[in-house]
Amino acid sequence: MARKRTVDRRDFLKGAALSGAAALVPEAVATAAPQAAPAAQPEAGQAARPTVAPAAAREADPAPAVPVTTIDRPGGDFMVDVLKALNIEYVASNPGSSFRGIHESIINYGGNKMPEFLTCCHEESSVAMAHGYFKIEGKPMGVLCHGTVGLQHASMAIYNAYCDRVPIYIMAGNHLDAMGRRPGVEWAHSVQDAAGMVRDFIKWDDAPHSLGHFADSAVRAYKIAMTSPMMPVLLVLDGHLQEEGISAAEAAHMRVPKLTLTAPPQGDAGAVADAARLLVNAESPVIVADRAARTPAGMARLIELAETLQAPVISQHGRMNFPSRHPLNLSEAGRQPIANADVILGLELTDFWGTVTAMRDGLQKTTRSFVKPGAKLISITAVDLYTKSNYQDFQRYPEVDIAMAADAEATLPALIEACRKLITDDRRRVMQERGRRIAEAHAKAQDAMRQEAAHAWNASPISTARLCAEVWAQVRNEDWSLVANSGNTSDWALRMWDMSKYYHHIGDSGAAGVGYGAPAAVGAALANKKYGRLSVNIQADGDFLYAPGVWWTAAHHRIPLLSVMHNNRAYHQEVMHIQRMANFHGRGVTRANIGTTIDDPNVDFAKIAQGMGVYAEGPITNPNDLAPAIQRALAVVKKGEPALVDVVTQPR
Amino acid sequence: MKQTLMVIAGAALMAAVLTAQAPAQPAAAPAGNADTGKKLFVSNGCWQCHGYEGQGGVAGARLAGRLMPFAGFTAYVRRPVNQMPPYVEKVLPTADLARIYAYLQSRPAAPPVASIPLLQK
Ligand code: HEC
Repeated sequence: MARKRTVDRRDFLKGAALSGAAALVPEAVATAAPQAAPAAQPEAGQAARPTVAPAAAREADPAPAVPVTTIDRPGGDFMVDVLKALNIEYVASNPGSSFRGIHESIINYGGNKMPEFLTCCHEESSVAMAHGYFKIEGKPMGVLCHGTVGLQHASMAIYNAYCDRVPIYIMAGNHLDAMGRRPGVEWAHSVQDAAGMVRDFIKWDDAPHSLGHFADSAVRAYKIAMTSPMMPVLLVLDGHLQEEGISAAEAAHMRVPKLTLTAPPQGDAGAVADAARLLVNAESPVIVADRAARTPAGMARLIELAETLQAPVISQHGRMNFPSRHPLNLSEAGRQPIANADVILGLELTDFWGTVTAMRDGLQKTTRSFVKPGAKLISITAVDLYTKSNYQDFQRYPEVDIAMAADAEATLPALIEACRKLITDDRRRVMQERGRRIAEAHAKAQDAMRQEAAHAWNASPISTARLCAEVWAQVRNEDWSLVANSGNTSDWALRMWDMSKYYHHIGDSGAAGVGYGAPAAVGAALANKKYGRLSVNIQADGDFLYAPGVWWTAAHHRIPLLSVMHNNRAYHQEVMHIQRMANFHGRGVTRANIGTTIDDPNVDFAKIAQGMGVYAEGPITNPNDLAPAIQRALAVVKKGEPALVDVVTQPR
Repeated sequence: MKQTLMVIAGAALMAAVLTAQAPAQPAAAPAGNADTGKKLFVSNGCWQCHGYEGQGGVAGARLAGRLMPFAGFTAYVRRPVNQMPPYVEKVLPTADLARIYAYLQSRPAAPPVASIPLLQK
């Protein structure tokens, strides 16, 4: 089929230049045939090897009688038209020959604008940049990569995005028609089913066979990616389709279909009413939110629900769900609010089971539910609408009482309304009293947080609390955005900083695939740039080393980003895991550093960053040197460039 | 939900329970050299979860400034009740634990929050 299409296109091209082009092909084959070397005769005593065709018929490329050396409008141009129609602002890409056609179309035909080509040094960086970008911009970034080696590099980052329910618009180049492949590398870079490798952790893929098919699938892919639960999608772009001319037949009926995004699914009305009854009548309800707020509106709705019920909110930080200093925020109160609750509302939880159950990482994996007997569990998650089998990110089966396969953010208005209708004056009084108690608990938790932060305040290596407090002091009066998950710093930024806007935090990586941090920060910072926001990244050292080329990308594209490094000189999570194993086995408890630490020699991160054109300082070991170093870096960032301060820190 | 083990949430409470069962220990903390203790705190990996200063964090409880009596301390390290992995006598002799204990006791108190401008609201 691919073969036929190629011939058709050649026909069109030649037809444009001269008449009767189709007839030339057989002629060209005939002319070329005698030039082939004669077949070697079998030597005496050797059996002649069977051949399927006489040697004289060996393959030769048809040489066009009148060479067509240029075309005006390659297929890639039309692909760019489609990307423009979809408002794809950027494509992040490490250049590759299997998509050289569309690459050239983007920069020349498309004027390198909408989309703009972002030069990346690793496909994992491309995808993670798109991941971070979505968290701020709320729409997908394009990624271009080889269908083979590029997707292989990209796969871990795609998995992170899939688990984090983030749409990425991936386009992979491939040459399906073997007869048109250049010998050598292009064969190694071609594949029958490019998407097969990542199909377990993308939502949809297609390998369009014509330009019309591309337009259809491109719009469909966008729509599918943006439908809750959102996930990456993949289009395989055939090399010939990109590079060759648009046929007259195709040109006549090519168009970009209309894009209508799917309205996110709301919870069933009956289930919403049941949930409202439970919540309104509960004595100690609690709202737990993970990927609940997809947009700023989600945050506003969650505030409204919490205030309507005067119920505490625990954010699991998958998204920026709830203001950190809202009096109903009990995210820092540990498990207590959940253990006390009689109704637990889980909004887009990754792991409801783990939210209400503790498992001990001992030799025996013992578990214990810590909810009150009889407590009712309500789940609203769009992930119930789309679950795959192979990868196990769906977590352990949660036993809930009401399960709504629905988008939480879209369901909140109906739930708020249903609750309001049920609240009597009596219930309101009870709720207001409860609200006062929660506000006290919130204030207490904030005070306790400050007390804890004071410990090891002057220590070297620098405490993670001090690190986050020093950064906060420098950015708090700016329009800032924390473009890191900050998980490895004992969540100090999430606990300490006054987070009230949706862009104040970009949430988590999804699958904890290390190497996400730096590129996600760069992608989010790029999205923040046009709003004039100050992007702040707490950068882990191990993460930095996965694909450090993204720092060059940040410098090259003038992406302002303040990165302060949490450099504990280890893959520290693994240090603790190995320690655990040694302790369980009663031996070698002093050797957990082997294979887990990043020292001897210590990495000079500032030098690496400087080598890529990024302003950098460090390593800083004295906490009193932090403020001036951050100030100098901030001055560079305010001029529109990235900067890094390497800080040697406590482990967590 | 399945309950295979009831674990008492408060580690300190459990440690107190265990103290009663622990072998007899001197009532007062045994003499231990804090400098050697620091080395042992690091080489045995306590710092990984508790921080070099015993300040604690997401991976481990704060030990500095809230040390339990030595008997409970030893009992906990030998048989932790929750996420901490156990250290048996064979790999970490009680004499060394006493040195670690001395190091933790020697940690300066945290400066008052009021004295730290960065920690004001
Ligand atoms: C792999 C992480 C890890 C390591 C290594 C570790 N701990 Fe712990 N420790 C914890 C955690 C987590 C807790 C909190 C209670 C729990 O979950 O067991 C804890 C609790 C404690 C407690 C009880 C604190 C309290 O007030 O309840 C003591 C005492 C203690 N650790 C001492 C030590 C000592 C001494 C070492 C080194 C010899 C050590 N720990 C090594 C993780 C660790």
